[in-house]
Amino acid sequence: MDLFEYQGKQYFARFGIAVSPGDVADTVDEALAVAERVGYPVVVKAQVKVGGRGKAGGVKLAASADEVREHAGNILGLDIKGHVVKRLWVERASDIAKEYYASFTLDRPNKVHLGMLSAQGGVEIEQVAEENPDAIAFLSIDPVVGLDLATARRWVAEANLDEVARDQAAELLVKLYTCYVEGDCDLAEVNPLILTPEGTVHALDAKVTLDDNAGYRHPEWDEYRATETEDPREKLAKEKGLNYIGLDGTVGIIANGAGLAMSTLDVVNQVGGSAANFLDIGGGANADVMAAALEVINSDPKVKSIFVNIFGGITRVDEVARGVLDALARVDIASPIVLRLDGTNAVEGRAILADHLNENLITEPTMLDAARRAVGLANA
Amino acid sequence: MSIFVDENTKVIVQGLTGGQGRFHGLRNRDYGTQIVGGVTPGKGGTDVDGVPVFNSVKEAVDATGATASFVVVPPKFAAAAIMEAAEGGITFIVCITEGIPAHDEALTYNRLVEEFPGVRLLGPNCPGIISPGKCNIGITSGDIALPGGPVGIVSRSGTLTYQALHELSQQGIGQTTCVGIGGDPVPGTNFIDCLEAFQADPDTKAVMMIGEIGGSEEERAAEWIKANMTKPVVAYIAGVTAPAGRKMGHAGAIISGSKGTAQAKMEALAAAGVHVCQNPTEAGEKMVDIVRAL
Repeated sequence: MDLFEYQGKQYFARFGIAVSPGDVADTVDEALAVAERVGYPVVVKAQVKVGGRGKAGGVKLAASADEVREHAGNILGLDIKGHVVKRLWVERASDIAKEYYASFTLDRPNKVHLGMLSAQGGVEIEQVAEENPDAIAFLSIDPVVGLDLATARRWVAEANLDEVARDQAAELLVKLYTCYVEGDCDLAEVNPLILTPEGTVHALDAKVTLDDNAGYRHPEWDEYRATETEDPREKLAKEKGLNYIGLDGTVGIIANGAGLAMSTLDVVNQVGGSAANFLDIGGGANADVMAAALEVINSDPKVKSIFVNIFGGITRVDEVARGVLDALARVDIASPIVLRLDGTNAVEGRAILADHLNENLITEPTMLDAARRAVGLANA
Repeated sequence: MSIFVDENTKVIVQGLTGGQGRFHGLRNRDYGTQIVGGVTPGKGGTDVDGVPVFNSVKEAVDATGATASFVVVPPKFAAAAIMEAAEGGITFIVCITEGIPAHDEALTYNRLVEEFPGVRLLGPNCPGIISPGKCNIGITSGDIALPGGPVGIVSRSGTLTYQALHELSQQGIGQTTCVGIGGDPVPGTNFIDCLEAFQADPDTKAVMMIGEIGGSEEERAAEWIKANMTKPVVAYIAGVTAPAGRKMGHAGAIISGSKGTAQAKMEALAAAGVHVCQNPTEAGEKMVDIVRAL
């Protein structure tokens, strides 16, 4: 789960990481109230989970109440790359002497944590990595050992942060690492991390991605989940406990297993079609699950045909077949369904469906045949 | 021969008294696997369908001589269960648990490497391992595998592993061992570990490798294959059409920026001399051709 900037800053604050004083505002009046409280000048920032908001006019400096009114009014409701701004973060503007970059993430190939620190912040780190890779100081951190202050001190020197910033930066980095580990982040990034002319260091932005698997030990994440903007199809699927991702095509996909579901998308594409979704029904494909899956796909008006691709392992194909019939009795499905059923009890499964087959309920012997049939129906 | 597990492997099931543990553990036993015990704290002295249950891994190992463990416990207990297995003397740990926090996985992996260098972890979030006719640890349905070799299979995906077994078995082509390494960000065993073992196994004549988007394990495997592998390898990578920035079911299956795409992995493997196929059926057919020509 990606956090909004304001949530990231609030999360940072829990771990003692210095951020600019500020608060959220959903209306112009609220924005004004925050500005009066933190003191002018302030920065009014659109809260959207997409990059490039500055260029789109979503970040403005305001020196007075009138300017706050003007900018907050303009930014609220602004469409930034398809994301409509509903919330603002208003914070005390900072004078900036230097901009740095700091982040922690998992180094998957080496199975350790990776810290990245650069004296060249404020721009995309990918750009720095490409144009001037020596400007990034990488630090591999053994999860068993962690990051101590002494190591952080060597690291800020290696990254060539300004002398005056080093002690504060090292302390902030240890706190950021603690936030990354104890806060169960997939990514904790500060860009820019700033040094002010007065010589203080703090986080001017916050980019945090939380590991959904760790949600059970973080009740405080509930409020973040409540603000997640979701595709309505994905929301419905989540309520039904399905693993669904909405896409733009016309062939609805139901498969058991994430790998098989991904592979189904690929095969549909290879035979000239496009998938409307990714949907993994997992291991226990009973009638309820199948009905829920068909219902979610049925709610997508773009879907012209449905491809059910099941390879029974633990999942028994006869149960899947019963599930499909049960689902059809419960839900009025608008599109024809093409099934490919293989694996455990496939013969029994196909026999159960045999008497019910018609132009809207079709079986095919292989994944490729079924993909061709479903795509043919969708493109007809 | 087979890799990692065979007919002599003695296995305990951590979580045998739970619903999943009982179901899969007994299925594995019925397949012929030497399931010699279960572990559930507080339930020592009882049994599950005749399989004795112990309070700790240590007790189970002392009583049975088990060397392998099948960990089937909920995510919040999985990291501790894996460490208990290693501390109790187990040297091969299979963890099928899905949904373990990434930080727990990273910490557990490194603790194992540092404190128990002789221990191999398979998974988490994997279907397990089967050496057909000898030993099945995990959730793979034994009847879709065919004993006798000569193909070794290594896969990041569960159902696609079954698909691969099925494609080969239907054509009468057996498998030495089929390893599901799992789809999480920090797998205990990776492609290279398995390729290395298959390369060293005289009965394995060819290897099928099934990858998916995310990470760079396939690219690293390609480098290793180029430098070390003399046996033919057929590969299929799922997720050519997956959008960037979305986790495709598995926690590890995500394209970050331009990294981890199926295209990049397929190109790396093809450049290493691997037969790269566009879908699982094509991969099966390719392997049939290779084995028949051996």
